[in-house]
Amino acid sequence: MKAGKLSDALKKGAIWGFILLELIFFSVAGQFLSLSDSAFMDLDNMLLLLKQSAPIGIIAIGMTIVMINGNIDLSVGATFAIAAIVLLDSMTWPIFAGLGDWVIPVSWLLALTVGTLLGALNGLIVWKTGVDAFIVTLGAMLGYRGMVFMFNGENPTSHLNWTLVDFAEAQLLGIHTPTWFLLGVTLAIWFVMTRTVHGRNAYAIGDNREAAVNAGIRVGPHMMINFAIIGFLAALSAVVFYSESGSVNPNDGQLYELWVITAVVLGGTKITGGAGSVIGTFGGVIAIQLLRKGLGHIGADTSTVNLVIGLILIAVLILDRQLNIRGKEELKL
Amino acid sequence: MTDPILRLEGIVKTFPGVRALDNVSLSVLPGEVHALMGENGAGKSTLMKVLGGLHQPDGGGIYMGRDRIVMSGPLEAKANGIVFIHQELSLAEELSVAENIYLGELPRKSFGRVDWSRLAEQTNAILKKLNVGFDARTLVGDLSIANQQMVEIARALTVDAKAVIFDEPTASLTDAEKVVLFDVIADLKADGVGIIYISHRMEEIFKITDRITVLRDGEYQGTVETANADEESVTQMMIGRKLDLSRNASHHELGDVAIEVRGLSCGGLYQEIDFEIYRGEVVGFYGLVGAGRTEIAETLFGLRDPSAGKILLDGQEVRIHSPADAIARGISLVPEDRKGQGLVLGMNCRDNMTLPQVDDLKAGPFVAEGAEIAIFDLYRDRLDIRTPGWKQKVGNLSGGNQQKIVIGKWLSMHPNVLIVDEPTRGIDVGSKSEIHNLLRGLAAQGYAVMVISSEMPEVLHVSDRIVAMYSGRIMRTFTSDEVTEDSLIQAISGLGDHRAA
Repeated sequence: MKAGKLSDALKKGAIWGFILLELIFFSVAGQFLSLSDSAFMDLDNMLLLLKQSAPIGIIAIGMTIVMINGNIDLSVGATFAIAAIVLLDSMTWPIFAGLGDWVIPVSWLLALTVGTLLGALNGLIVWKTGVDAFIVTLGAMLGYRGMVFMFNGENPTSHLNWTLVDFAEAQLLGIHTPTWFLLGVTLAIWFVMTRTVHGRNAYAIGDNREAAVNAGIRVGPHMMINFAIIGFLAALSAVVFYSESGSVNPNDGQLYELWVITAVVLGGTKITGGAGSVIGTFGGVIAIQLLRKGLGHIGADTSTVNLVIGLILIAVLILDRQLNIRGKEELKL
Repeated sequence: MTDPILRLEGIVKTFPGVRALDNVSLSVLPGEVHALMGENGAGKSTLMKVLGGLHQPDGGGIYMGRDRIVMSGPLEAKANGIVFIHQELSLAEELSVAENIYLGELPRKSFGRVDWSRLAEQTNAILKKLNVGFDARTLVGDLSIANQQMVEIARALTVDAKAVIFDEPTASLTDAEKVVLFDVIADLKADGVGIIYISHRMEEIFKITDRITVLRDGEYQGTVETANADEESVTQMMIGRKLDLSRNASHHELGDVAIEVRGLSCGGLYQEIDFEIYRGEVVGFYGLVGAGRTEIAETLFGLRDPSAGKILLDGQEVRIHSPADAIARGISLVPEDRKGQGLVLGMNCRDNMTLPQVDDLKAGPFVAEGAEIAIFDLYRDRLDIRTPGWKQKVGNLSGGNQQKIVIGKWLSMHPNVLIVDEPTRGIDVGSKSEIHNLLRGLAAQGYAVMVISSEMPEVLHVSDRIVAMYSGRIMRTFTSDEVTEDSLIQAISGLGDHRAA
């Protein structure tokens, strides 16, 4: 079918076309509107943009596989905050006092383990109870956030380890440490989704769960693995970010789940599951960050940025629906 | 003679590749119960969809009294007093009876408030006419299926119905509930309403209808007075004489018993099922929709736990708890709903074909794409699957080729028992015979094949033996030498008890 191929190509390429459009628009508009002298497309500016994309981006890669699998995870922002607290607080624990800078890998591992376990717990509940992931993770979002506040009340948790800060602020080949993590995660998960049995089955389950069951695929374990992965990635995002900042507020990570889902949907992943790619999500993350940065560059304030992103998200979904309807006799509602 | 209240004249409807209705006529007199009969796929549903405005006919016309009507949609049909009572109920279970009956037309007071007292009053008036044991405020979800059907009927009575169409209304009713339904039909009849009654059940047809119109393969076969007809003549009209039922005559050697089922029961779905399938044999399961055939297949495939009885594979008793279990034991199921249960439509041909075994094919942590392509190529050639290549999404293939993908998927697992539920549903005529030959060929290669079908020619054509089922029980098992169309239809209609035969 020709129409199908055209719309497929449009959908796959759309996010990159959109990014290109943003780059051109902000470069040109920046000439007239920007208060700063530097060009928008400055290399340092772009590298910084990638670095700033990392916290949302790393989680978004995880959200992609959960959504392809037909689920959703609303608890990532809270998991992010818990992992940050575990990271910063554990570095001050007396039992690790003798470790010197070796406390860093220990605390990292601890934070990542906690994140993975919290994610796996979500997955286990979804698997064993059959309750919708939306509800389970909505509960987890509130519960995990509650744990954050229980730990230190309204007060921030802080600890600066300068070795860690140096590592987090380092630039290898000009690229910042967080960016390396984002790229590495994207590549790794891309491999998982396109080359492994787990990835293949995740797509099948998300597209047609009944057919997957009929093919003898055990749906539950696959879902739990994906929740564990997103928990791990939420923790990794926190670990990378707070290694540099060294202080976490109990409200940190709030609304991350929404930004993450926005990026994933912009990147072409179907909210009902079965279709999507981490590369698309990577594009979605970049597109949002470009929009935030670009609008800031031409002097718009934060509220305008949110309004524009909201409108674009809806416009993208309308466009996607139009492309999908073509050639199909869909019921008119 | 009175004028018909509703008349369908020379209706023609073609779908791509199929002439679903060819010059079909049907007229209903006021106060008449008119049976519409035909095998599955004869065109009854299509005709009713034309009448309901869901399909636009390519030729012919619909007349109410003397006026020609263009049925542009369901609302148009309702406005003309044509009411459908479907086999599958479409009720909101969380709402009350009254709300369901007046859904979309709730009586209003000022400011758009619902006039609950008037609603209850109107509803109870209708319910009283139907003589049912529940009232307007009952939740529909709390009612039995039969009473839910009564709600559907009550809904029909709210409009000034001129013609009411019952589509297999007794499929889920007990005998006592049927009596109530027939009373309601008698009342409607007395009020001068024209009734079209669709059913496979001969006993009912002869009990309550006045005339019978028979369709076969989308063609009008004639209309007879019920009083002048008998079961045999109607059956004759339904199956016709020009049966190209080249009976399956290939009596190759049978192997051992591959699967044996003894006393298998599952609640109210089926009871005391006994059968066995030999290697090299095709056993056809024939019966009406709801006779319990699919449920047996689901049990064998681990989707449904039996309440009693046992399953033996190669003489060993086994318990099958999940599809994964079944697959591991060499049982495969090609399900009834190909798109909903068999295929992942968004995936390509290769990935669908290897879905159950992709885990066995992996090289290290990665999927072994080369091995997958080899499997796809092998079964594409063996089953003659027509697709541009393995990258094609299965959603873009024709029904016949999709079915071959599903069959290929299971053959590549080398099963002992292949269960095929409705092998050719929604598949064009050309591909049908290909699938039939394929199934015969598989038996010849030593597979034990269980075919569930609601199409008699298909069952007769592919089966070595035929198991006839009626409401959850095996009525009789025929060999292909002894089976006749009449005896088969009688067995699946529950006429007489042939188990002694």
